[in-house]
Amino acid sequence: MYTPPLRALIDELGRLPGIGPKSAQRIAFHLLKVPIEDALRLSDAIVSVKERTTLCARCFNVAEGGELCDVCADDRREATTLCVVEDPRDIVAVERTQQFRGRYHALQGALNPLEGIGPEQLRIKELLVRIEEEGITEVILCTNPNLEGEATAMYLARLLNPFGVTVTRIASGLPVGGDLEYADELTLGRALEGRRLVEP
Amino acid sequence: MSLFRDQGVVLRTYRLGEADRIVVLVTEHHGKVRAVAKGVRRTASKFGARLEPLSHVALLLWQGRSELDIINQAEVIDHFKTIREDLDRVTKGFSLLEVADQLAQERHADKRLYDMLVGALRALSNVERDPLLVAPAFFMKCLVLEGAGPVLDVCASCGEPESAVELVAFDLTEGGALCRRCRRGRPISPEALALVRKILGGSLAEVLANPPPACAEEVAALATDAMEVHLDRRLRSVRSVAGL
Repeated sequence: MYTPPLRALIDELGRLPGIGPKSAQRIAFHLLKVPIEDALRLSDAIVSVKERTTLCARCFNVAEGGELCDVCADDRREATTLCVVEDPRDIVAVERTQQFRGRYHALQGALNPLEGIGPEQLRIKELLVRIEEEGITEVILCTNPNLEGEATAMYLARLLNPFGVTVTRIASGLPVGGDLEYADELTLGRALEGRRLVEP
Repeated sequence: MSLFRDQGVVLRTYRLGEADRIVVLVTEHHGKVRAVAKGVRRTASKFGARLEPLSHVALLLWQGRSELDIINQAEVIDHFKTIREDLDRVTKGFSLLEVADQLAQERHADKRLYDMLVGALRALSNVERDPLLVAPAFFMKCLVLEGAGPVLDVCASCGEPESAVELVAFDLTEGGALCRRCRRGRPISPEALALVRKILGGSLAEVLANPPPACAEEVAALATDAMEVHLDRRLRSVRSVAGL
């Protein structure tokens, strides 16, 4: 039905997350139609991201070429505050808020006992080394507010206790623009717990 | 193809596509159900935190032609906040979920398993009680439900009653306590044997109401190993967090 190169392309595209056989076929036929330069740009982008992107040696964010990531290399960041996230994608999310000026630590996942992911599979040892080496004074636990993320945060809080650093957990509550009526009990309960004084 | 209502406990979830999740539940009337919660990962989702693992929920589900149902509505019966907020309790909660996930059959109602899971979660969420024996008791009760309950009153090998011989060992493959002559497997203390009998003999509420006795750890290890032998797989949720 397909020529071998086209078959190979459809098969490879079909392995990508969220792309089924039909979408893979559509993208493959689209790529057949575009000028060769456009297709090469895409293939070059894939090759260079694989060749040049590594994990930051200090915080495990994505970095270029075996060096420190942009955040770690930036001297203007506060060196004493550390925001612990699960994944480099979460660093992007926190950076977008423009509210955080410290550095990060990406654990590369969360404790997930059902999948067999324990503390050894995460970058927790590296985090503990950083606390002493870099003179960290506050650690913000910024893992996802789900069962695995909460368990990870509780575990880290217990582990960080002897270091004498301030350990904080991000607040959770209602999304801005949300609707109380549709809020679930757990989230609304947390929002009430975390209420704060309104300055007159 | 129809809508149906049921109650269930969320066992685990998987990410699906951009913003959806597959939610695996053990329900009261439909056994294990795998259903899609559309848009649940968006911050403005109508489901919010309702479909997180551990939640006990009332659901309206749509059963279509595919294997996966679709969750239309979800209301919380209990989200077991006290379990979620305690690292010790939450890791024990994970092991309850893992075992329930292994034992529940898809679309095959098992009301007793469902009731036991809900009961175990309620016991685990009671902050005034020590959680140590909740999961081991659940494992033991599940083994009985599966027809693989331990033999405790006679030697599992020679059949001599306890009145005639002293039961000193416990062999997992033999599935019960053994006398001095037949002994294999691990040694078991008389206190631990008595505790297992109490758990399975209708005095579970009393056992959980009191502080765990000295042999509780021994019984916990035995229950975990017995469940692993029965399932023929390791309980990841117990082993991966052993050091926490």
